[in-house]
Amino acid sequence: MRSSRRQMLLATVLGWGAALLLFFPIFWMVLTSFKSEIAAIATPPQFLFAPTLESYAEVQERADYLHFALNSVLISVGGTLLALAFAIPAAYAMAFHPTARTRSTLLWMLSTKMLPPVGVLVPIYLLFRSLGILDTRSGLVVIYALMNLPIVVWMLFTFFKEVPGEILEAGRMDGARTGSEFWHLLLPLSVPGIASTALLSLILCWNEAFWSLNLTTSEAAPLTTFIASFSSPQGLFFAKLSAASTIAVAPILVFGWLSQRQLVRGLTFGAVK
Amino acid sequence: MSFTTLDQGAEVTAAPPGARRRSAFPLLAPSVSVLLLWMIVPLAMTLWFSFQRYNLLNPEVSGFAGLENYEFLVTDPDFWASLTNTLILVGSVLVITVGFGTLLAVLFDQPFPGQGVARVLAISPFFVMPTVSALVWKNLMMHPIYGVLGSLARAVGMEPVDWFAEYPLLAVIVIVAWQWLPFALLILLTAVQSLDHEQKEAARMDGAGPVAQFVFITLPHLGRAISVVVMIETIFLLTVFAEIFVTTSGGPGNATTNLAFLIYARALLQFDVGGGSAGGVVAILLANVVAFFLVRSIARRLEV
Amino acid sequence: MATLQLRNLRKSYLAHEVIKGVDLEVADREFVVFVGPSGCGKSTLLRMIAGLEEITSGDLLIDGQRVNEVGPADRGLAMVFQSYALYPHMTVRDNMGFALRMAGVPKPERARKVAEAARILQLEPYLDRRPKELSGGQRQRVAIGRAIVRNPRIFLFDEPLSNLDAALRGQMRIELARLHEDLQATMIYVTHDQVEAMTLADKIVVLQAGRVEQVGSPLELYHHPANLFVAGFIGSPRMNLLEARVLGADGAGVMLEAAGARLTVPAGGASRPGAAVTLGIRPEALRPDPAGAFAGEVRLVERLGGLTLLHVTLVGGEAVVVQIEGSDPTPAHAPVRLGVEGAACHVFDAEGQALPALGRHPLAA
Ligand SMILES: Nc1ncnc2c1ncn2[C@@H]1O[C@H](COP(=O)(O)OP(=O)(O)O)[C@@H](O)[C@H]1O
Ligand SMILES: [Mg+2]
Repeated sequence: MRSSRRQMLLATVLGWGAALLLFFPIFWMVLTSFKSEIAAIATPPQFLFAPTLESYAEVQERADYLHFALNSVLISVGGTLLALAFAIPAAYAMAFHPTARTRSTLLWMLSTKMLPPVGVLVPIYLLFRSLGILDTRSGLVVIYALMNLPIVVWMLFTFFKEVPGEILEAGRMDGARTGSEFWHLLLPLSVPGIASTALLSLILCWNEAFWSLNLTTSEAAPLTTFIASFSSPQGLFFAKLSAASTIAVAPILVFGWLSQRQLVRGLTFGAVK
Repeated sequence: MSFTTLDQGAEVTAAPPGARRRSAFPLLAPSVSVLLLWMIVPLAMTLWFSFQRYNLLNPEVSGFAGLENYEFLVTDPDFWASLTNTLILVGSVLVITVGFGTLLAVLFDQPFPGQGVARVLAISPFFVMPTVSALVWKNLMMHPIYGVLGSLARAVGMEPVDWFAEYPLLAVIVIVAWQWLPFALLILLTAVQSLDHEQKEAARMDGAGPVAQFVFITLPHLGRAISVVVMIETIFLLTVFAEIFVTTSGGPGNATTNLAFLIYARALLQFDVGGGSAGGVVAILLANVVAFFLVRSIARRLEV
Repeated sequence: MATLQLRNLRKSYLAHEVIKGVDLEVADREFVVFVGPSGCGKSTLLRMIAGLEEITSGDLLIDGQRVNEVGPADRGLAMVFQSYALYPHMTVRDNMGFALRMAGVPKPERARKVAEAARILQLEPYLDRRPKELSGGQRQRVAIGRAIVRNPRIFLFDEPLSNLDAALRGQMRIELARLHEDLQATMIYVTHDQVEAMTLADKIVVLQAGRVEQVGSPLELYHHPANLFVAGFIGSPRMNLLEARVLGADGAGVMLEAAGARLTVPAGGASRPGAAVTLGIRPEALRPDPAGAFAGEVRLVERLGGLTLLHVTLVGGEAVVVQIEGSDPTPAHAPVRLGVEGAACHVFDAEGQALPALGRHPLAA
């Protein structure tokens, strides 16, 4: 009895300690974003100060936040939808019409994900340049879809595999052909799985910072690029940097908090139940 | 499911229940072909360029270069430094995230007040984009004068550390590990929670203390989950770029230049497409070596 | 009318043959039960009939028509799965109506048929619930209702009761028997539970390792098992099997010596004196008898109230079980003599085949 109470106390202290430590940089970033530039660099750091929104106003003035945010949304959603459009049929085929090659196909798909983007940066850059799609949203949508396709296929495959085979067999006894089996049985049964796959894909797209930095400059630039433009200022611009960072991560952070349970299901790639 | 089913797929070559004979290749074909294109075209181009003299600024210099680009690469100390830096970065982040991830997973498996909120806070860094986390750490946390760490050091009477000047690679490792620790925690926590409680109770009846339970019951149970963490993280860590791009630009000197950044610098900062492509080929080779061992060892591990 | 014929049906997974040539006739309105140990191929055979599993070779005929290549939905069969396989995202009503919807049956007719099935199965109050809001027994009934609604030529069941607790299983068993009588349908039923097999079947098919060991009515199998496997598989407690030696044979049967006792069993067939055979005695055929042929010692007594089971070790070391009606007073560790009627015994030759009995049991003609 006594030891279990001590254990609980220990868990509370350590658990909260670790959580606050990990969260502190984010907390500090948000806090700093409400400071004036002077307060932001005060030493020792201030926890109490007169909050102000002036940094946010200045950030919006200097760079059109909504423009970048809209790009982020459009590119992430577009990339995710495109990836799903390709991946759902593929995962369905592999999960329910497997052949001797299915396993190696899946492993091959995953291995394309190991291909480092830098290895192919040069040709993609030149290709984009000659196709005239540098700094366009559609160019980035295609890249993001391809980038996430292996992981999306893999996740959907594991979710489809979880659908009990007997239910689909019952459907076949009941006369459901491939089409109706898909629409009436498989899709409704795997909505949670598809949702968590889409969630992960959205987060990966939103935070992607290699292709966006190298293939966009302004017109199609998402928030990752917007933020990178704040990388030079030092000292006096801490508050503005924090404000820009806060508004860049806030949407996906809130989204991630709300969906963390579904996300976990997908993240474990079916390897952990 | 998942990995397990895949592995069974090897032996049970006949279709499992629920499978129909009719081939569904038309459904699979689009994904396979775009991935094939996505892989083959740039790969072939990279390979081709790596044997060319090709500088974007200097169109006169052109033609077949033979192994010149590679020669130049392997005799370049920056290249070897970048290779070492890449391996150190990947290795350290893996060790840190898996190690702390396991400890935190066991911790968050214990019931304590406010556990749900604490967990949400702890996994938050995963949702922060790399550019932001790099900038926040570099300026708000690690800045020698205005950063929180510097102030802390002064508060206890120590000299503040100028992280990016004195331990630049370590600073990058800290940032990247901070981003990936939540991922490891999430997966390992799910795995810990899936552990059969009766197993632990049986171990307790057999006289195993908390440490023995962890070593003999929990840790072996986590094998699969750790494999997944290592595989997914390695995929992403081999190509860390944004964190370096916005903090150190590979410096000071070549202290934080990894392979990804080296290629970027060659191709898009020095406009040396040939040299950059040779680096790209090396990066691909490296990834393939890692992938080969990783996929193999993991496929074996997951054969349960 | 719905008859079924299996002609030399075979199924292989790669080089591994799991159904090794099954011949079977199922008459109209017959209730046929497949029994056999786990992994013997019961489910595979049923799924081949259903069309869920491809037939490697042989012919499957429904009403005289070869249907090997006909898809599962077009064979006019309905199947009840062990896991029930209800559609979790649909209400009970939609679950039962799904097949009709797929077949393009208009809504009013669908509703009528679902209502009719729901009435038969007493599912009316639950029509708008989803499967997860139902108890195990109710889910089972929905699965049966889904089959009934289609008005199939043949019902297929794969261990439909194995997920229920013992009490519910007994109740559903009776409901199934009633259903068979009401619907007058042909039914094929897979189980590993002897009680289900004995009570439900018109005809039992005993399978082992992909082969049919014996086909017959429940009592035929019980009283005249064709071989050692069936003898051991049907009946609980199991038939006692003793090593025996043939002493001779005449018109009255074969004379044997087993466990130090001599007896004559009314069975025919060629058996040389001196041949090694197996003597089979059902536990209820043995009884304590001071003048009995077998001597031994009671090792353990199980008193079930209505029955008493004596576990006896004979003088030669053979263990046998004796089943006695009512509560028998014999204590444990007591010496005991056991008697048996020769007519209640079975003799199996060295290959395990039964020697033909000279007389048939009246109920197993
Ligand atoms: N898809 C399959 N691939 C290979 N072997 C299988 C497959 N399905 C079943 N089997 C084998 O066929 C045999 C019969 O299985 P099953 O019909 O399910 O047995 P039962 O229902 O009698 O317990 C088993 O030995 C099983 O291992
Ligand atoms: Mg079975």
